[in-house]
Amino acid sequence: MSAHREAMLEKIAALDAENAKAVAGGGEKYVGRHHARGKLLARERIELLVDEGSAFLELSPLAGWGSDFTVGASLVTGIGVVEGVECMITANDPTVKGGASNPWTLKKAFRAAQIAAENGLPTIALVESGGADLPTQKEIFIPGGRMFRDITRASAERRPTIALVFGNSTAGGAYIPGMSDYTVMVKEGAKVFLGGPPLVKMATGEESDDESLGGAEMHARVSGLADHLAADEHDAIRIGRRIVARLGHRKARADAELGAYAEPDLDPDGLLDLVPSDLKEPFDPREAILRIVDGTRPGVGPGANAAFDEFKPLYGPSLVTGWARLHGRPIGILANAQGVLFSEEAQKATQFIQLANQVDTPLLFLHNTTGYMVGAEYEQGGIIKHGAQMINAVSNSTVPHLTVIMGASYGAGNYGMNGRAYDPRFLFTWPSAKSAVMGPAQLAGVMDLVMRAAAEAKGQAYDEEGAAGIRAYVEQQVEEQSLPFFLSGLVYDDGVIDPRDTRTVLGICLSVIDNQPIRGTDRFGVFRM
Amino acid sequence: MPTITRVLVANRGEIARRVMATCRRLGIDTVAVHSDADAHLPFVAEAGTAVRLPGDAPGETYLRADLVLAAARASGADAVHPGYGFLSENAAFARAVLDAGLTWIGPSPESIEAMGDKIRAKELMHAAGVPQLGRLEPGAVTEAELPVIVKASAGGGGRGMRVVRTLAELNEAVRLASDEAASAFGNPTVFVEHFFERGRHVEVQVVGTDDGVVVLGERDCSLQRRHQKVVEEAPAPGLREETWRALHEAARKAAEAIDYRGAGTVEFLLDAATQDFFFLEMNTRLQVEHPVTEQVFGVDLVAAQIAVAEGSPLPAARPEPVGHAIEVRLYAEDPGADYQPQSGRLGAFEVPDVDTELAVGTAAEGLRLDAGFAAGDEVGTHYDAMLAKVVAWAPTRRQAARRLAGALRRARLHGVRTNRDQLVALLTDEAFLAGDVSTAFLGERSWGGGSAGVRPAAAAAALALAEAARAARTVQRGVPVAWRNVVSQPQVTAFEVAGSGSGAEERVEVAWWGGRDGYVLDGHTVVAAAPDAVTLETDGVRSTYAVVVPPGGVGAVDVDGPQGHVELRVVPRFVDPADAVASGSLLAPMPGTVVRVAVEAGARVGAGDPVLVLEAMKMQHTVAAPHDGVVTEIGVAAGQQVAAGDVLAVVEPAEDREEQG
Repeated sequence: MSAHREAMLEKIAALDAENAKAVAGGGEKYVGRHHARGKLLARERIELLVDEGSAFLELSPLAGWGSDFTVGASLVTGIGVVEGVECMITANDPTVKGGASNPWTLKKAFRAAQIAAENGLPTIALVESGGADLPTQKEIFIPGGRMFRDITRASAERRPTIALVFGNSTAGGAYIPGMSDYTVMVKEGAKVFLGGPPLVKMATGEESDDESLGGAEMHARVSGLADHLAADEHDAIRIGRRIVARLGHRKARADAELGAYAEPDLDPDGLLDLVPSDLKEPFDPREAILRIVDGTRPGVGPGANAAFDEFKPLYGPSLVTGWARLHGRPIGILANAQGVLFSEEAQKATQFIQLANQVDTPLLFLHNTTGYMVGAEYEQGGIIKHGAQMINAVSNSTVPHLTVIMGASYGAGNYGMNGRAYDPRFLFTWPSAKSAVMGPAQLAGVMDLVMRAAAEAKGQAYDEEGAAGIRAYVEQQVEEQSLPFFLSGLVYDDGVIDPRDTRTVLGICLSVIDNQPIRGTDRFGVFRM
Repeated sequence: MPTITRVLVANRGEIARRVMATCRRLGIDTVAVHSDADAHLPFVAEAGTAVRLPGDAPGETYLRADLVLAAARASGADAVHPGYGFLSENAAFARAVLDAGLTWIGPSPESIEAMGDKIRAKELMHAAGVPQLGRLEPGAVTEAELPVIVKASAGGGGRGMRVVRTLAELNEAVRLASDEAASAFGNPTVFVEHFFERGRHVEVQVVGTDDGVVVLGERDCSLQRRHQKVVEEAPAPGLREETWRALHEAARKAAEAIDYRGAGTVEFLLDAATQDFFFLEMNTRLQVEHPVTEQVFGVDLVAAQIAVAEGSPLPAARPEPVGHAIEVRLYAEDPGADYQPQSGRLGAFEVPDVDTELAVGTAAEGLRLDAGFAAGDEVGTHYDAMLAKVVAWAPTRRQAARRLAGALRRARLHGVRTNRDQLVALLTDEAFLAGDVSTAFLGERSWGGGSAGVRPAAAAAALALAEAARAARTVQRGVPVAWRNVVSQPQVTAFEVAGSGSGAEERVEVAWWGGRDGYVLDGHTVVAAAPDAVTLETDGVRSTYAVVVPPGGVGAVDVDGPQGHVELRVVPRFVDPADAVASGSLLAPMPGTVVRVAVEAGARVGAGDPVLVLEAMKMQHTVAAPHDGVVTEIGVAAGQQVAAGDVLAVVEPAEDREEQG
C-alpha cells in the first residue's frame, strides 16, 4: 500500500467516524426512547421517502463539528429522488434535544434552502422539532425568520414546498407547515400550535389541551391547516410521495436527452494513491480527472473518443483546463497542477470561463493551490491584474460551478478557484484538503518576520523564545482550522467526501443542476488590461 | 369400415392435444370443442377447426353430448375421440355417435355398459374367472373385515370413495359416498369391500382387436393422494414373474369376456405383501397414464385406437417392455394445503431438455412432456387441476426417476403453486427408489417441502428488484444503487412467502447495502446482478438464480435456483390505509348514526342486499353487500354513532370455486 493511500484511508476512517456521530444523533438512549414511541428516526423517514434504490446525497453532515452541539446540528438535509423528482429533503432529528434548532441548524437549513432555490428543487420538510435551543436564542431568533421567508419565496417561484409533520412543530415552528404548499400531519403525532396549553392559560386563562390546540385531527377537520391526515408515519410518507408524484415537475434537461457514456478510463480507486500527505508535493490533476469523468468511448459525436480534451495545454501549465463529460453531461474543468497561479494561468482561466459561458457548460474547479505568485517580477508583470481578471470571470460567470477541494486551497487561490464565497452550486472537500489564508508554517513565519521588524523599529530586543512559542501556537491553530472537519463544521462546504465517491457526488450535482436551464453570461465586470 | 379423415376430440387440455398430435401424424384433420374458459388454450389453437361450447361448467360444455354431436356435424368430422373423463365412458354418447353415422374411437357401447356398472362388472368377471375381492354387505360388515372401503358403483377416479376403519363410521360413510356418487355420477349405488392398508394399484393395458386381445404389460399407479394418481410407471416394480404373467392373463380374460375392442385398462388391487391381486374395474378408454406403456412398448396407443376403430392393422409394438418409464402428473395444487387446486396465470412454463411432446419417444432414454398449458395461459378451477404429464424413460427405473426428478427440479413453473416439489421429493425418496410403493405411501409422509432455498432466493429477488428499479430510473441513472455518502442503515426488501403446510405466509426480509462497491449482503458475495438473473457466492459456491420480477416491483417474484423454485410476494413499502382493511369490509361513507342493522352475522347475502342503514345529514343511506357472500362480522348496533371510515360489517365473498367435473 502506498503511503499516500495509507494516509488517505486513515483520514477516510476518521471521516466515517465523524459521520457516524451525526447518524447516532442523540445517542442510544434517546434513539431507543424514540423507537419505543413507535416513531421513526430522521434517516429512517428519509430512507422510506426516497425511491427504492435511489441515492441520497446528504449535505453538511458535519455541521456543528467542533462546536458544543452534536455533530449534524439536529437536522438532516440532502437531495433525494422522490417519485423520480430530485427534491431537497430536510428532517429534524428529534433524538437530539427534541430536534431543537441551534445556530448550526439554522446555517445548515439556510444552505439547504439556498441549494433548493438555485437548482429549482421542490422541498420536503420532515418536521419534528421542539423549536429553538433557548440558550442560543439570540443567535437564532432574528436570523431564523428567514426560514419562513424562504418557504414562501420558494412557493412564489413555483417551487413546491411540502411539510410532513410527525411531531412537535410549535410556536415559530408552526409556520413551517403554515407556510408550506402542502401539509400532511400524522394522527396522534403532529402537534402544531402557536402557544401550548400553559402559554394559553397564562395569556387568556383558557383551559385547553394539545389535541384541541394543535392535533392532527383538529387541523385536518377543523382548522384546515393539514391537507392530509396520515394514519401513521408510514402513511404520512406515502402521502408525501403521492403529492410529489402529482407535482408535474419537469427538469429543464431530461436525463433521457443525454447520450451514452463510458465509465472512467482510470479506476477511481486510484484516487487514494494520488494526494501526497505533504501538500507541498504537487500531483498531476489529470490523474484525478481521468478517474472522475466519463471514459473514452469509441464512435463519433460528442463524448466519443477522448475522455478529456485539454485547452491551451502548453500555456500556463500550472493550471489544467479542458472539456469532459460526467454521466453524459458536458463540463469544463479547471484544475491546479503546480499549486501556484501565475499570470498565464490566471489569463488562461479567464478565457476558459468565458468559453464555458459561451456554450452554457457548467464548470468544475479542482483545488490544489497555494495561491497567486508573489515577488517583484510577478507584481511588475501584473499578477494582481490577472488574478483580478480570473476572479472577475469566476464571480460573474452564470453557468453552474462545482468545486472540489482536493488538496491545498490557500490565499486568493481559494477565491480565483471559486471558493465558498463565490457561491458554487456545490462545494465538496476531500479529507486531504486544507484551506486557509496561507499555509500554517508560512503564516507563522510571516507573523514572525513582521513582529521581528516591529521590534526592530521600536528598537526593542526580539524575544526569540517567546516568539517561537507564539509561532508554534499560531501554526498549530491555523493547521487545525484549515482542516476539512473544522471547515465543514462551519458549513463552509457541503460535505467532506470519500475521493472515490467524487464521480457519483458530482454526477448527482450535475443532474440536480439540470432541473434549471443553464445560461451562460455575456456580461462580466471590466477586465482590467 | 371407413377410413377416418377428420376426428373431433370431445375433450380438452393435454389429452386433446395428445390425440390431435397422433391424428396430424396420420394425416387426419382435427376438430376441437372448447368451453369459454378454455378458448385460449393450446389445444384449441392447434386444432384444424374449433367449435365453441358456450359456458364454462363441464355440465354446460364438455358433458353436453348433444352439443358435441352438433359440433361434429357442423365441422364435418367423421369420427369422435372422447379422450378420458367427460363422455369417454358414456355408453349413450357412444351410441349416439354411432347412430349419427360417425366412427366412435373406443369400445362398443355394450362394453362400456358392461364395465360401467361396477357391480355388474364384478359379476361378469367372477364368471370369467378373474380373481376379485368379495363384496360386503354394508349392513353385515364385521369387525374382522375392517378396514373397508366404500365405493360408488358408477364412479371412477376415486370420487365417492371412503375408507372406514371403525364400524361406527360405516353408515355415515355409506350415506356420504352415496350422496357424492349421486351428484357426481347420477347414480347413488355404492358397495363395500375389504381395504388393504398396503395395497398397490396395478393395471394392465389391453387392446382388443378382431384377432384377439393384445396385452401391453402392466403399470403401477400406487402413488396416489386422495385416490388420485400422482406417479405411474411401467413395468410395475418388484413383481414376481408368475405375478405379472397371471395379471396379464387375468386382464386378457376380462377383455375377452366382453369381446372388448380398442384400448382398455384392467385395474387390479395387489396386496404388496403377498402379491395376491383382485379385479377392481375395467376402464373402457385411454388412461391418463398411457404414455408409460407407450414408452416401454414403443407403440402409439392413440394410433392403435384409431387402427382398431377403422379396422386397420395395429401399429407394431415390442413383444416385451424395454427399459422403464415413469410419469408424474404435475398439478396446479398446494400439497401443503390439502391439495387445494390453485388458479392463476402461468407466468413461465418450461420443462428443460424435453425430447418429445405428446408423442412416443424412440430413443433408448428420454423425456416426454404432455402438457395442456403453455406459458401465459390462465389456469382456472373449472376443470381438473392437472397442468401436464412429464414422462422419463431409461434403461433402469432409477435412471428414469433421476432424469425425471432433475427435469422437474429445473423446470420453470411460475404463477401457480404446483406439486412439483412433492414430485421431486417422491422421485428421490429412497423407499420409492427401492420399489417400496403402496397407495398409503403419500399419506405416510410429510411433503411440506423445505424452506432451505428461501433465504438465498429472497436475496436474489431483492437484488433483481433493485436492478429493475435502476433500469427504470428517470434521473441519476449513472449513480450506484442505494448510494449514500452518510451510511445509516441497510436497504430492506421484504417479501412474503407462503409457508409450508398450513399455507401461512411467512415474512422474509433481506437487508442489503448498495453504493460504490456494488451490492453487499450478509452471508453472500454478489458476483453479478441483473433484473433477470443474480449470481451469489455462498461459502465459496456460486449459484445463479433466474428471477422474474413483476412490473413496477409490485406483485410476485419468481426465483428459480439450485434449490428449486420460490415464489415471493413483494411486501409494499406503503399500504394505503383505505386498502388495508379486510377485503369485503363495509366502511361508513360518512359520520352518522346506525338506524337499523338488516342482517345478522352469519347470514348469507347477495350483492346489493341491504346490510344496514345509516342516517347522516338527515338522510338515510343504505349500506349494501358489495358481492355475494356471508356476513362474517357486524361491528355496530342500531343507535350507534360511527365515524367516516369505521368498519361497519364484513361480507366475505362466496367461494367462487365450482366443484369440478
